[in-house]
Amino acid sequence: MKEHNPVKSNTYKSSQNFDGEYEVIIIGGGVVGTSIAREFSRYNLRISLIEKEDELSFGVSKANSGIVHAGIHSRAALLKEKLCARGNFLYNQLKSELGIPFKRVGELLVVKEGEDVNELLKFKSMGEENGVPGLKILSREEIREIEPALSKEIIAALYAPSAGVVNPYELVYLLAQNAIKNGVEIKTGEEVISINDRIVQTTKGKYKTQFIINAAGLFADRISNMVGIFDFKIVPRKGEEYLLDKKLRGLVSHIIFPLPSKNSKGTLVIPTLDGTIMVGPSAHEIENKYDLKTSDDVCWQIFEKARQMIPAIHSKHLISTFAGNRPVPVSLKPISERTPAELNEDFIINATPVPGFINVVGIQSPGLTAAPAIAERVVEIVKEEGLELIPSQSFVAHLTPTKKLREMSDLELEKEVRENPDYGKIVCRCEMVSEGEMKQAIASGAKTLDGVKFRTRAGMGRCQGGFCSFRTIEILAEELNVSPLEITKKGAGSNILVADITHRKSN
Amino acid sequence: MDRKEVTSLKEFICIICPVGCKIKVDFELSSLSASGFASAPAIKSIHGFRCQRGEKYVQEEIINPKRTLTSVVSLKNGEMPMCPVRTSVPISKDILEEMTRNVSQLSVEAPVKIGEVLVKNIMGSGADIVVTRDLNRMIN
Amino acid sequence: MEKPIIVIGAGPAGLQVAISIVKNFQNKEGFFPPVIVIDREKHAGGILNQCIHTGFGLAEYKEELTGPEYASRVLQEFRQLGIELRLSTTVIRVDENKMVTTLSPHRGLEKINALAIIFTTGCRERARGVIHIPGDRPAGIYTAGLAQKFINIDGYLPGKRVVILGSGDIGLIMARRLTFQGAKVLAVLEANNFVGGLARNVVQCLDDFNIPLYLSHTITDIIGKNRVEKVKISRVDENMRPVWGSEFELACDTILLSIGLIPENELAEMAGVKLDPSTNGAVIDENYMTSIKGIFACGNALHVHDLVDKLAVEAKEVGKNVAEYVDLSIGNSSTKGSLEFNAGTSVNIDENIRYILPHKISGKKTVKFHFRVRKPLNDVTLRMGNFQKRFPYLLPNEMSSVTIPAEYFERIDGDYLELLAVKGVKKVKGKEEDSELIQSQIVREVKIWIEKKLPV
Repeated sequence: MKEHNPVKSNTYKSSQNFDGEYEVIIIGGGVVGTSIAREFSRYNLRISLIEKEDELSFGVSKANSGIVHAGIHSRAALLKEKLCARGNFLYNQLKSELGIPFKRVGELLVVKEGEDVNELLKFKSMGEENGVPGLKILSREEIREIEPALSKEIIAALYAPSAGVVNPYELVYLLAQNAIKNGVEIKTGEEVISINDRIVQTTKGKYKTQFIINAAGLFADRISNMVGIFDFKIVPRKGEEYLLDKKLRGLVSHIIFPLPSKNSKGTLVIPTLDGTIMVGPSAHEIENKYDLKTSDDVCWQIFEKARQMIPAIHSKHLISTFAGNRPVPVSLKPISERTPAELNEDFIINATPVPGFINVVGIQSPGLTAAPAIAERVVEIVKEEGLELIPSQSFVAHLTPTKKLREMSDLELEKEVRENPDYGKIVCRCEMVSEGEMKQAIASGAKTLDGVKFRTRAGMGRCQGGFCSFRTIEILAEELNVSPLEITKKGAGSNILVADITHRKSN
Repeated sequence: MDRKEVTSLKEFICIICPVGCKIKVDFELSSLSASGFASAPAIKSIHGFRCQRGEKYVQEEIINPKRTLTSVVSLKNGEMPMCPVRTSVPISKDILEEMTRNVSQLSVEAPVKIGEVLVKNIMGSGADIVVTRDLNRMIN
Repeated sequence: MEKPIIVIGAGPAGLQVAISIVKNFQNKEGFFPPVIVIDREKHAGGILNQCIHTGFGLAEYKEELTGPEYASRVLQEFRQLGIELRLSTTVIRVDENKMVTTLSPHRGLEKINALAIIFTTGCRERARGVIHIPGDRPAGIYTAGLAQKFINIDGYLPGKRVVILGSGDIGLIMARRLTFQGAKVLAVLEANNFVGGLARNVVQCLDDFNIPLYLSHTITDIIGKNRVEKVKISRVDENMRPVWGSEFELACDTILLSIGLIPENELAEMAGVKLDPSTNGAVIDENYMTSIKGIFACGNALHVHDLVDKLAVEAKEVGKNVAEYVDLSIGNSSTKGSLEFNAGTSVNIDENIRYILPHKISGKKTVKFHFRVRKPLNDVTLRMGNFQKRFPYLLPNEMSSVTIPAEYFERIDGDYLELLAVKGVKKVKGKEEDSELIQSQIVREVKIWIEKKLPV
């Protein structure tokens, strides 16, 4: 398949008619795209990342379970499981370099009365084959000791200590921040509309590049089609998630998994990093990739399932609900001709017959876990394809951690407020977010209400923005120097306010 | 236009205070014309009110219902962007929406004091538009 | 340094409590500690500042004031008394030893050791997530109070075609406000078969503008990718389940939620104050003291009030009790021992009553109980021993009160006394409209009972 000639990074000299020239263009600003961008930024390359939404992480990465899986759910023969194991390992490094919000809380795969205990042995051996450390089968009594809130019906569990939880959107923002620091150009609110002979045309410009990395998530099939690749499609598989009140903090300390079904790992109980408990996700195929509805039926089912594991959970604890769609790759070949990987909905990460066009698609679960390993893999592929990679002398792997007011000690707070009085202005009282942090989020790229929310947690608490969204809009308008009428919830068309009731002119 | 005798039994919920008395009125519309009531309707019976204001409210509600208008106007150079206002007395319900539109066009320069009159006898209604809050100039 | 009395929240409750405390001090002998009122906002007055409509202060000032006017009146008295007010100051922590930690841009971090604390932190609106409204999550879904802030404080309209879910007072008021500003309010939906807000607001906010009110209806789907495009609405049965076949759609760009208020008690909880799950407010004794000695609660932080006037009465009472408590604890009182704090007799309710305050009484003091019923009840008589009070009706959207003089408690025999609410059954005689209360058909409808502390 590698028919085309390797290209040197200095092939293109002319800049006629182009709005930019790069060695690598990455399409998609989720966790996969930003991981790849950061990985490439280790080398002397001109890199651009293009995201169609107004902010990074607003696709698949924003709405998922936030789990860094141990890797016990399928065999190492599959690429996704191989990269999952490696990715899980790489999270240590990500945490130390970028200060990402990540904690290895461990997972428990539980078996209820009436289910087959031997199933656990199957998952244990698969995990061991995948190199998952510390796996252990726990008895009823041992489980009760480490997870007292579990139902009495639970008779055994497989314990995997290396599983963890991460804030997926924060991870994306930190990856991007580091990538930008190392020279990556990030374009948001810009959609790729055609690709011809290594020229990428977007809604805002025309760019020349040597390599195109298709990390477009749910829309990766559309991007592939632009270069004439039609052998798969992306089917959205919806997952609804239900967030519970912080009053339940400490109720559950591990991620609780039931025995998995054919197309999902089941409804989980997840102790999130923010101290809330999340239950979900559901799993059902839908048609519209933008369909992020939640429904009463699913809500009811999820609580029913979650309560079978943790009876103390109740729908009255609900504070927020969201849905996300998994980008499931479906081969368009006849079933009899499909490879095991295709039958198992494996990741598709390869150089395609189209010169310079690399697919990184179908990155559903455990894609968040695998992302750092996927990035390594993509760099290898591009290298094999002939891109010359010269390590950058100026690459900085570390980010100076941003200060979060709610994590500061009294002494730190005192000092911070004296230096920057904006830290003394609490805007979101439920999550303790100051005006200073909001301004910082806006400076680092937030331009929508949700962008500020996902970077700072403002509006994620129990009042769900009832008190703070008003002030947040004002701050956004002041910092971006626009009218509050232009501020959106999540990008073009999602304006929050519709008209000025006065006839004032802007100052 | 023909005039006809109309009697009506109607229940009103008094809006004078939050108690919300249910007041039942049996009244005779002695002279109803197409343009409305030509004279005060004769109330045959009225009950259900707990205070005199309720009785007065219903009489007025039958003849010429009135409401107090409250809104906001733009405040220039103020510590807040808007300044709350009200009509000094209730005004006829018919002109409520039009007056609101007119009031929206107003603007005032900070500082303002509670009770300050912005427009006297607005639209000939007999009511003034009055500021309902002290607001200072923007500091800095 | 002298330990001050800290009032958290400078809304109507906080201001009135502070005024009352200081006034009560003035009537007593001796020196008293200062009162400091703290609020996170730039202005005092709390929610009153955005409630620009009239309807405030009728009982107190005999005038129909707007929210800001009412706040001004209270503030005037507050200032005359020279009470300290710290604005733009957020209380970030309160502990069980009454140490209050505050943060502000101008003073930084401060710790204040308080002699007494009064939580007047108000309430918040219930958001979409709490009741799970199915559908998309576009822009255009706001709580009614947030929409009120958008219009009245910043002067921006949040939508042009609006459906309001819930018939709470703020929702009704916003229906009118939006209409005034040129928006079209298409419907107000209420899942219950009764209105959540006051009757006067239905008349002057909906009826005046022919805005339809749909009782027993709710939203079953929200449609819209970026901004709300339409909603699906269904009738619901008595179990709040959508009735099949009753669904209809309305094209709109905005949904306002007026589905209830919840007392804000995160700080009180942090201090270890015990909360009543049915109000989300503190558990209090007859003096409005919480489970922690020297910590009081008042206003919407305690239970949601319909009227600021009723709240003002409560705040005055709380202020008096706080003054008494302070007087006792600094030891310059002549009225020593007149109040019994955290008495052990608890007040219980059955499932017909949503909540009752206070939760604990001493049995030695006349007590004004406040309560709310779960469903509308007609012709109810509350009884306790020889005490009796008749209510023509009790409505869930109206806070009800009953004052029981101390002597009725003294005659308690046995372990508890019941405060029974009995429902009179109407029987129509012939064609006459008048009805008669048939004693033999009295049904026990509501029960409040008071449990005496068992001797230890």
